Amino acid sequence: MSADPAVVLESLRAAIVGLRADLRRNPGPAAQHSILVDPDHLLPVMRHLRDHCGFDLLTNLAGIDWPDPKLADAVAVPDDAGDAAVRAAGGFLEVVYHLDSTKTRGAPLVLRARTADRSDQVSIPSVVGVFRSAEFQERELFDLFGIHFTGHPDLRRILMWDAFEDHPMRKDYVAPDDYEYEPTPHGDVLEKARKHDPPKP
Amino acid sequence: MAIDPTLARELKASGVHVTSLEQLVNWGRSSSLWPLQFGLACCAIEMISATMAKYDMARFGAEVFRPSPRQADLMIVAGTVTKKMAPQVVRLYNQMAEPKYVIAMGACAISGGPFKEGYNVLKGIDRFIPVDVVIPGCPPRPEALLDGLIALQEKIRGEKLTGSARARHADPDAPAEMPIPECGAHDIVPVANRGIWNPPVIEREEGGAE
Repeated sequence: MSADPAVVLESLRAAIVGLRADLRRNPGPAAQHSILVDPDHLLPVMRHLRDHCGFDLLTNLAGIDWPDPKLADAVAVPDDAGDAAVRAAGGFLEVVYHLDSTKTRGAPLVLRARTADRSDQVSIPSVVGVFRSAEFQERELFDLFGIHFTGHPDLRRILMWDAFEDHPMRKDYVAPDDYEYEPTPHGDVLEKARKHDPPKP
Repeated sequence: MAIDPTLARELKASGVHVTSLEQLVNWGRSSSLWPLQFGLACCAIEMISATMAKYDMARFGAEVFRPSPRQADLMIVAGTVTKKMAPQVVRLYNQMAEPKYVIAMGACAISGGPFKEGYNVLKGIDRFIPVDVVIPGCPPRPEALLDGLIALQEKIRGEKLTGSARARHADPDAPAEMPIPECGAHDIVPVANRGIWNPPVIEREEGGAE
């Protein structure tokens, strides 16, 4: 099957009753459109894509932190027929799935799934049962973004140590303040330099 | 007691080699540095290359990479030291037998390199273990590692084993083990061993560094 998200979405709608998903258009030159899937329907969608649409390879999972949900919809505008406009007031976390096919050529199919918010409802169903390759990548997203993948067989931190409590890829992460002298500070480092090495009076 | 170099040369011309125990010991130590076999990142690839036939670190007596810290004299910290890895590196250093030397190879091991202002990389291994030679580069070429090794050999040959200026490993009061940091809730604890790492306070000129 073609990797055109519109065609795939039609196939999904025909196969899954009451599917909450819509097409997100990328207005940029890349024109890499994606399908925003409600987390409740993520597993049936993945299974259908694997078993009936030829997408047999989950190559990549990416996480995005959207503290401002308006920005999320600015880069991937909803299609006119959009019915799964998940928008949380305080922002949300998003997982982007890249599905490829070893049988057909073409660009990967991009799926998105969003959590309800950024604080306590950060669960998304794990797709490890469908694509085993998601195991480590979901652990990485759990580690760096704090997204909880329900049903994951071994959801532990993978890059940072176990006692670590933060999620460094979140936009509101504050790195430990262990500045040391920089000969040519600029940007954020310049701000730190001003704070730690006050200029000579 | 120092040997008169003129006398030593005259004796050598007549077939008598005069040396001191200190010189002999230092010569032996510098000529058979056994590095610890471990690498942390891309610098390790250059380190491996330096040991292979083209660059042949064996010419300097340092080809016997030991898989155990208990048999090693030299720790080449080759690569990015993450905060998660730092306690293990210090623990390996502690397990090495004296005398032991450390080469910090590459920008990351020296200062954190391109990851310096990141959240997960140590800003230089010299915060936790004493470093003898630093080799800048990203990564340094094998020639640079050989140059660093030769610099370390020269340093060892000049070491004093007695007196007030003696080397660290010959001083019974100097610490042989370094405290191992712990991975805390937000950062590594402590962020540095203040006993060996005290950077100078540099006053910043307003506008000068911008």
